[in-house]
Amino acid sequence: MRSWDPRIEEMPVAELKKMQYRLLKTLVYRLYSFSPFYHDRMKAHKVHPDDIKELSDVKKLPFMFKKDLRDNYPDKFFTASREELVRYHVSSGTTGKPTVVGYTENDIALWTNSLARALTSAGLGRGDTIQVSYGYGLFTGGLGLHYGAERIGATVLPTSVGNTERQIELMQDLGSTAIACTPSYLLHMGEVADKMGVSIAKDTKLKTAILGAEPWTEKMRERMESWLGIKAYDIYGTSELSGPMFTECTEQNGFHIWSDIALTEIIDPQTGEPVAPGERGELTVTILQKEALPMIRYRIGDITTMDEEPCPCGRTHPRVHRIEGRVDDMLIIRGINVFPSQVEHALMGVPEVGQHFQIVVDRKGALDDMMVRVELAPASFSDKITDIMQIRNKVEHRLMNYLNVKANVELVEPGSLPRFEGKSKKVVDRRSL
Amino acid sequence: MDVKKYIVKQISVFSENRPGRLAAIAHALGEEGVNILAFSIAEADGFGVVRALVDHPDKAKKKLTSLGFNVAFTDVIAVRMKDKPGGLYEIAKLLGDANINIEYSYAYSGREGAVLILRVDHVEEAIEKIGAYGAELIETKVFH
Repeated sequence: MRSWDPRIEEMPVAELKKMQYRLLKTLVYRLYSFSPFYHDRMKAHKVHPDDIKELSDVKKLPFMFKKDLRDNYPDKFFTASREELVRYHVSSGTTGKPTVVGYTENDIALWTNSLARALTSAGLGRGDTIQVSYGYGLFTGGLGLHYGAERIGATVLPTSVGNTERQIELMQDLGSTAIACTPSYLLHMGEVADKMGVSIAKDTKLKTAILGAEPWTEKMRERMESWLGIKAYDIYGTSELSGPMFTECTEQNGFHIWSDIALTEIIDPQTGEPVAPGERGELTVTILQKEALPMIRYRIGDITTMDEEPCPCGRTHPRVHRIEGRVDDMLIIRGINVFPSQVEHALMGVPEVGQHFQIVVDRKGALDDMMVRVELAPASFSDKITDIMQIRNKVEHRLMNYLNVKANVELVEPGSLPRFEGKSKKVVDRRSL
Repeated sequence: MDVKKYIVKQISVFSENRPGRLAAIAHALGEEGVNILAFSIAEADGFGVVRALVDHPDKAKKKLTSLGFNVAFTDVIAVRMKDKPGGLYEIAKLLGDANINIEYSYAYSGREGAVLILRVDHVEEAIEKIGAYGAELIETKVFH
């Protein structure tokens, strides 16, 4: 099956935009009338629902930030009554106080439907066994994928995260054809399988991985695809939007953002103005159809680019490319913006070092000092000190080319850097202001 | 002369330059019942290479690799030194004259006198030269 919902997914762009405008207008009227927060915010911003006369008028509306959700902890933001709620999820709170997300029955259906379209676009469907190795619980990943996978008629193996050896045994015994997890967990799983003497490429039926919840790179995709014998697809979403919602289609070139669910803008994080088409900026999303926790121009803090050209897969919805970094993950080293994803990208081209890394930032006198710790790959260890020094120089050189700022490299023993089963924390910032 | 029997298998282990790494390596070898006959540590900025002659190199490599260490085998030669002044000069000059480069070297003092361990760029040629000169090379079977 090509599309889960062809009428919507392949709708001509002009019609799609008309639909978005109608949904936006309805949303704005609804929130102005029923949400004290949005009412006050719009008044303060001197904008009235009547000012929204076309789709591009969305930029007249005020932004919303994660801080707004935190300030209204736990549920002052909700626009559905307590009786209408069927579920809560609570964000991991890695960047601050946790946020609570509530769902009505329709919200769960919308989320599930979004993932049904997405998983279908990644080539999955009835007959597939999808191992959901995202955490089940307060985190949206596990339950979100679970519902989406069941919706398309696939068989779900709800392993959640952890207990990796058992997961690999089950993957073999039950013939999982797909897995959904974080990219770092799949890497970990590959390493554990190797130690068990199991080749994921040869000894399992795994052919698809749906990977997300943390940034990863194109190089990492190439490496995992050839190592594990799979196709790896990026999945995107945040708990504030519902959870994971959008994946890449089989073209593997950005995830389709369903226009009837979300209106996306890419803006300059400094000025708040839209960037030119195709340029890098902060992803800003208006969720058009949610009942319990609607979002207008929500600034997720993810840096990416968007492509509105039609996709060869036949879907007309815009594609947002791989997340390049977080506005708040951005490190400023001697005045230069550095994203951990750039370091990852630079390292992937050096076979002499492993896939894991750690960035340690410190201050030496008045200067920022950046150190990247990487594992020396077993195959490239020679007894000669000069060979090892050469590998280190090569990595330092490459980092300099990618980052435009000097980073010292420390080679460490394989397996010595911390592995994370959830979102990885790759930066240690020891600078005190 | 059968040069092969004088090629000694040394194990080299990559180690981060921080406290406890040598202890970890030595403990692992002790646990496996591997005896260390000679060893040296080469130290660079932030890391080091531990080199050792052991009685069971394959067992040592397997154990250290399973613990996550980077381990490599390197061919070295072992020369018994005369216990008198000028002994080292003779060997070093011999190799230098033959244009064989000594990459590194270390020594240990055994029951039967001092032994010089040499890592050179042309192992077989070095063995021939030293053998022809009449210095005593130690056969690999003495170690393992």
